[in-house]
Amino acid sequence: MAAASPTMVSRVAGDSDASPAHLLALLMRLGDDHLILGHRLSEWCGHAPMLEEDLALPNMALDLLGTARMCYDYAAEIEGGGKTEDDYAFLRDGTDFRHVLMVEQPNGDFAFTILRQFFFAAFMHPFWKAMTESTDVRLAAHAEKAEKELAYHVRHTGEWVIRLGDGTDESARRMNDALEALSPFVGEMFEQDSLTRALADAGILPDMDRIKSRFDHVVADTLRIATLPAFTPEFAHTGGREGRHTEYLGHLLAELQFMQRAYPGQRW
Amino acid sequence: MRRIAEAVPDPELVVVTVGDLGIVRDIRLAGETVEIDVTPTYSACPATLAIELEIETAVNRSGHRAQVRRVLSPAWTTDWITADGRAKLKAHGIAPPLPRGNTGADSSRYFSQPAIPCPRCDSTDTKQLSAFGATACKAQYQCASCHEPFDYFKCL
Repeated sequence: MAAASPTMVSRVAGDSDASPAHLLALLMRLGDDHLILGHRLSEWCGHAPMLEEDLALPNMALDLLGTARMCYDYAAEIEGGGKTEDDYAFLRDGTDFRHVLMVEQPNGDFAFTILRQFFFAAFMHPFWKAMTESTDVRLAAHAEKAEKELAYHVRHTGEWVIRLGDGTDESARRMNDALEALSPFVGEMFEQDSLTRALADAGILPDMDRIKSRFDHVVADTLRIATLPAFTPEFAHTGGREGRHTEYLGHLLAELQFMQRAYPGQRW
Repeated sequence: MRRIAEAVPDPELVVVTVGDLGIVRDIRLAGETVEIDVTPTYSACPATLAIELEIETAVNRSGHRAQVRRVLSPAWTTDWITADGRAKLKAHGIAPPLPRGNTGADSSRYFSQPAIPCPRCDSTDTKQLSAFGATACKAQYQCASCHEPFDYFKCL
């Protein structure tokens, strides 16, 4: 099958410390964040509280899977050896995954899911906007699309945070519970380490302060309109970027990977 | 050759062609091969691969060797939909997208909605029922004048 493949070539700044291995590690983090969260969102299909959300959540999941596919495709090109996107999604074990712990948490109720999606979008939207200036041409090109899609996610989820926060006693209680439950997970999205620093030096990753200030602004504004407490987390879970995941991931992968593990190499 | 490539209908919205949607970006002859640059609409549009294969098949059928390349930048925007494409969408009951800058997509515009004219009766007394419709690229609206529901092709 003569499928077209993206022709953009990656370019790592010549005199930087970033290497293909660094880029590969970034693609695993980014790809895994999007695959796992996309999977969690898709679990709502058929179970959402209203039909419009039964459309919205899987559609947002689809946008996220688009990014996951791009990351894994790109990684497969870098690694070579006949690897494909499916190898990364379906044949890696839990400790090989590099996503943040927030995205693997069970969906909880609609309040938890929508608030988590809001936090994720409030981060990813300025991230992609900044990434349009990345020295990696492939990532910059993808960022042009993803930024526009994430803008819709921010709006859709932000509006729900407001409706539920400034809603009934029950919806406000659930949103407050969601805020408390999610607070310890948000910080991990902003973690810096030697990998992020090397990639930032190479101009591949943006300055995280820009993203944080935009995130803080959108979150503060939205929570204020929603009559919810201000977001002031004092603690952040860590470990996802090094493959130290919560027990939930095992169950998630058992479902996600079952078919490829049970019938290796099967095709539709 | 461009006409052949651009005449391929969109597999989902068959009333418009890939040319109408601005998906075909460039066509060149490279030796004996016709190279066609296409751009995906949404990141995870399930029709992207189908579109590329259809274009390849159409060009191959015309007796030339086709090679389709997926080009990501500049990113596709609904602004690239031709006037013809917009008219066809409207005739089919789908409100065409507003120009860029009218997305109302960011947080500064929570709950504000640009007025989308009804494709049947042109009234702007319409409201959004669902942010996502039959496909990710469309939203569902209803007209308060003629009461008919309709799809809106979202601005991207």
